[in-house]
Amino acid sequence: MRVDPMKATIEVGATTEAPATDPVIAEELTKRFGEFTAVDRVSFRIHPGEVFGWLGPNGAGKTTTIRMLLGLIRPTSGNLNVLGYDPVKQTKTMQAHVGYMSQLFTLYNDLTARENIRFYGKVYGLNRSALAQRQQEIVQMAGLEGREDMLTANLSGGWKQRLALGCAIVHNPRVVFLDEPTAGVDAISRREFWGLIYAMAKKGTTILVTTHYMDEAELCQRVGFINQGRLVAAGTPDELKQTHMRGQVLEIDTPEPDRTVRVLKEAQAQGRMPFDEVALYGAQIHVVVPDAEGNRQPIRTLLEKENIPVTAIEWILPTLEDVFISTVRDPAK
Amino acid sequence: MTNEIAISSQALVKRFTGQARTVTAVDSLSFEVKHGETFGLIGPDGAGKSTTTRLILGLLRRDGGASSVLGYDSMRDVYEIRERTGYIAQQFALPGDMTVLENMRFFADLHGIPRKQQKSSIAELLKFAGLTEFSARPAGRLSGGMKKKLALACSLIHRPQVVLMDEPTLGVDPVTRREFWNLLGNLRAEQGLAIFVCTPYMDEAERCNQVGLIYKGRLIAQGTPASIKKMVPGHLLEFKPDQFVHARELVTGMAGVLELQTYGAMLHVFVDEIQRRQGEIEQALSAQSITWSGMRVIQPRMEEAFISLVKRQEAVDEG
Repeated sequence: MRVDPMKATIEVGATTEAPATDPVIAEELTKRFGEFTAVDRVSFRIHPGEVFGWLGPNGAGKTTTIRMLLGLIRPTSGNLNVLGYDPVKQTKTMQAHVGYMSQLFTLYNDLTARENIRFYGKVYGLNRSALAQRQQEIVQMAGLEGREDMLTANLSGGWKQRLALGCAIVHNPRVVFLDEPTAGVDAISRREFWGLIYAMAKKGTTILVTTHYMDEAELCQRVGFINQGRLVAAGTPDELKQTHMRGQVLEIDTPEPDRTVRVLKEAQAQGRMPFDEVALYGAQIHVVVPDAEGNRQPIRTLLEKENIPVTAIEWILPTLEDVFISTVRDPAK
Repeated sequence: MTNEIAISSQALVKRFTGQARTVTAVDSLSFEVKHGETFGLIGPDGAGKSTTTRLILGLLRRDGGASSVLGYDSMRDVYEIRERTGYIAQQFALPGDMTVLENMRFFADLHGIPRKQQKSSIAELLKFAGLTEFSARPAGRLSGGMKKKLALACSLIHRPQVVLMDEPTLGVDPVTRREFWNLLGNLRAEQGLAIFVCTPYMDEAERCNQVGLIYKGRLIAQGTPASIKKMVPGHLLEFKPDQFVHARELVTGMAGVLELQTYGAMLHVFVDEIQRRQGEIEQALSAQSITWSGMRVIQPRMEEAFISLVKRQEAVDEG
């Protein structure tokens, strides 16, 4: 019986000895392009059946890391192990067990949904009966029933995205790399997609996923933050909120968020308030301060002096977005 | 001035006729955007967001209704609108082999801005967008986030009073998205710009003053983010069951459960009464030997409201 992936992280994480069976292992992984170091001595492990979020700003080295794991580009130095294979030396063998969905869904627009699945199935060398079965499973998984014969070009974003996932896993891979799979897809399709990710993980597939949506990152069992090629933090979302947040977060509720941000930023710029960050967060304002309890009243006084009504100032747990911004802005810490 | 209508759409209609059938992409859409206001048009893929944007700008011919920008009719007064409006298309193209500064000059020339005036306004905009030190870098070698900021700066070169943006922060990281929205906030607050933005990001929708939910070409809800969130009835309970599918099926049929949404490995359950239903749900789960963690009451966000409203509309449409 398979271990529940939701618990697997905690159990595995609790043992100090790293299990030899981790399907993805990177050690001191480095990639230089000329003078530029895209990935700089990055080490991490992904546990079996885990959903691992690989996060970082644009240009941080996320895609480069994935390409090395896939054996598409060669590391400058460091070690890689995917499912026991060396992606550099055993590229073909490894690729038979690994799925990849790139940022730009590489589907053929002039083929139908079914033809795309068949095409990818044949590329992966599935035989006729296996293909027929997988085709049916994928159509069902992606909710494409009734749309099998539509031209891919005519499918909307959510369908296309699920079809792309289906094609990426047509060969039943044990590890799947998803590079920004939900970019530009609406909220409903995103949720359905995450449902699929969890269904795969539940069956034991190990998943690495990159995303710019921090609410999606909250759904990962563990995440790694990469910035300027370096891994700056790794752990469960809850762990990172406790260990990697510089300062504490106050959430301010006011009917005048724009003016509040301006007043607070001014105070920050003039050194009157010890803010690390002032930002609109949805309709509220998040302020990162060294001492939430102590700084709360001065903020209220400042705003009220400017005739800004304050509905509430609350000390809240940071969101993963707060942590991300804190970590990425100040990697020196 | 601040209460003047900057963008108006009245019963706007657009149909696309294909070989097999005619699709009504925009179906009797009505809304207004005032100066100093950010209006967010949000909706699923293919709901009609981009089409609406293009109709307002006069880039597409409408089939019914009316729309105008600053009182100029979208179809008749295309040039008047263009002179006073900034637009960032979903797939904008900045010449990649031209530097940041050259791009700015190029757009300034297109708008017929005299060279003398260009100097100061370009410097100002580059500073605003935080691109001053990248002036000499080819646009093609900017990061994704910087490209978006350059597109914004270029769209503002002629000092428009209205800006329309079609998914401007797509594929941009959270740091840059935050910076981008701070820039928009400044434009709105300090210069009174009217901002119209299509976005799939629900947290961005929360930053708008007014939001329109578009579904199959129709506005199914409209108002402030707070008022839209209030349209969802009941209270929201969140938990993470160990047997997801089983738990979902079990809870769906229970009394007092108004709606069920999934969120990764978590379930979001809308119930009519928190105390009573939470107890009943916990009992039902235990009876089936389903364990769970993180059972808590959460405030619905724009995203939960959006999903709820769209699903309700789907149910109405399917009769």
